[in-house]
Amino acid sequence: MNEQGPLLSIAGIEVMYSRLALVLRGLSLSVPRGGIVALLGANGAGKTTTMKAVANLLRSERGEVTRGAIHYDGARIDGLDASDLARRGLSLVMEGRHAFGTLSVEDNLKVGAFSRRDRAVGDSLDMVYRYFPRLKDRRHQAAGLLSGGEQQMCVIGRALMARPRMILLDEPSMGLAPLLVEEIFSIMRQLNAEEGMTFLLAEQNASVALRYATYGYLVESGRVVREGPAAALAADPEIRASYLGLDASAEPGGATLAARRRPRWLS
Amino acid sequence: MSDFSFFLEVVVGGLLSGVMYTLVALGFVLIFKASGVFNFAQGAMVLFAALTFVGFLEFGLPMWAAFLLALAAMLVLAVAIERTVLRPLVGQDHMILFMATIGLSIFLEGFAQLIWGTRVRGLDLGISDEPVEIAGILVSQFDLSAAVMAAVLVAVLSAFFSYTKIGRALRAVADDTQAAQVAGVPLGFIWAVVWGAAGFIALVAGLVWGARLGVQFALTLVALKALPVMILGGFNSIAGAIVAGLVIGVSEKLAEIYLGPFVGGGIENWFPYALAIAVLLIRPAGLFGAARIARV
Repeated sequence: MNEQGPLLSIAGIEVMYSRLALVLRGLSLSVPRGGIVALLGANGAGKTTTMKAVANLLRSERGEVTRGAIHYDGARIDGLDASDLARRGLSLVMEGRHAFGTLSVEDNLKVGAFSRRDRAVGDSLDMVYRYFPRLKDRRHQAAGLLSGGEQQMCVIGRALMARPRMILLDEPSMGLAPLLVEEIFSIMRQLNAEEGMTFLLAEQNASVALRYATYGYLVESGRVVREGPAAALAADPEIRASYLGLDASAEPGGATLAARRRPRWLS
Repeated sequence: MSDFSFFLEVVVGGLLSGVMYTLVALGFVLIFKASGVFNFAQGAMVLFAALTFVGFLEFGLPMWAAFLLALAAMLVLAVAIERTVLRPLVGQDHMILFMATIGLSIFLEGFAQLIWGTRVRGLDLGISDEPVEIAGILVSQFDLSAAVMAAVLVAVLSAFFSYTKIGRALRAVADDTQAAQVAGVPLGFIWAVVWGAAGFIALVAGLVWGARLGVQFALTLVALKALPVMILGGFNSIAGAIVAGLVIGVSEKLAEIYLGPFVGGGIENWFPYALAIAVLLIRPAGLFGAARIARV
């Protein structure tokens, strides 16, 4: 495979739902090997749709990629079955956690290893318990009875069980207390440093995401409107005003960048 | 004979016929659990399985060979259904899948009779229907054997679901389909496994009911007996199907014996449905069709 190119590249994809709602309008981004890339944007900007397009989950929601291409590790992946990606080392942690509530924590983790044919599944289980010791204490409990933070750990652990090279992390901070958010993000950074895992992180919480990511893309109405190194984005006055809530002059609710830059009738 | 031992005899007879209802209901529950689809074609699968088994017997094959071949046919059928009916309908509304199973049932009924003919055939499993006396109660040998077969089947299935890798993946799909796909579980494969298991159940049900009623078109109606069982037990609970099958079996026999005389008899046939309607009014999810585990 092409060792130099990006691990994941999305080139100008359009996504349509039910053949009429155009949700992504030519979105492009790329994620380098070993990077942590943040995908920022407000509710409804298209972050989750981007993640689902990569994970090939759109078909079961009557959506499809109508233009553009998605390459992972040098091979085109749009059009594969969602379950093929785990074997190729690409795992999605879905928005809203999606733990198997009726299964025990350990069964949740073991399902994550379904695509593996090797015998080292036990080692991976140990690794997950090392990163998330709380899961080990609760491994025989039904995952539906865990707290929100523990469920998030459970689904990240489940993704790790497939021994991925890249994890798509969709809104891991949703509905979690700030301390837990920090805990989960620092584990992500640890996995990135120690296991060399690549992350694409979709977040509404831009201030946290930009502290942990190396590079960021800002999405509005289905296209990328700004990109750059995380530090540069965090320092950008317009982003500070609209997404980080750090500018005293920002209007409440925060207008989007597009609305600020051009008159409404052009957008 | 004392009143009490007569009562016991009715109860035991009811339990044993309840097991046969459970057998049919299990096929429905399996598919409903894994894909949320009410498989209207389960009755047609029972007919197809029984006809195939008898057809192979008529070629002069021994019973075990006919059983294995019929089982293989059901597994092939499951894979074919997944490829041609379910896969193109991924992501569609449950109602559309349900209608697809109606079409499937019509196809299967015709296809089975096209291959094997429409003649009513007897099926002799070599188990006598003579009652034997156990602890002073007369019990039908055939019903007893059917109950044992059903119990073994349930034990095998629940072990499969609880302890195997595929069983675990199956429970994951039943719990959250998308998340299971993302975790690397191929949906098509799981559906083929589920329909294969439902085919296996249909074969066993077809043998037991076919030996009772003769292998004929009316076997598809046996599926109707599963409806009150599922309403009572809950559509997605295997334990519910077992308990409800027994409850239905016992209650219809007791009602026939003890209530029947007051209304002129013949209530065995509709009593389960009346019971099902009562359950719908009081507990729509059924006895065991509990809501999902959720933290409040």
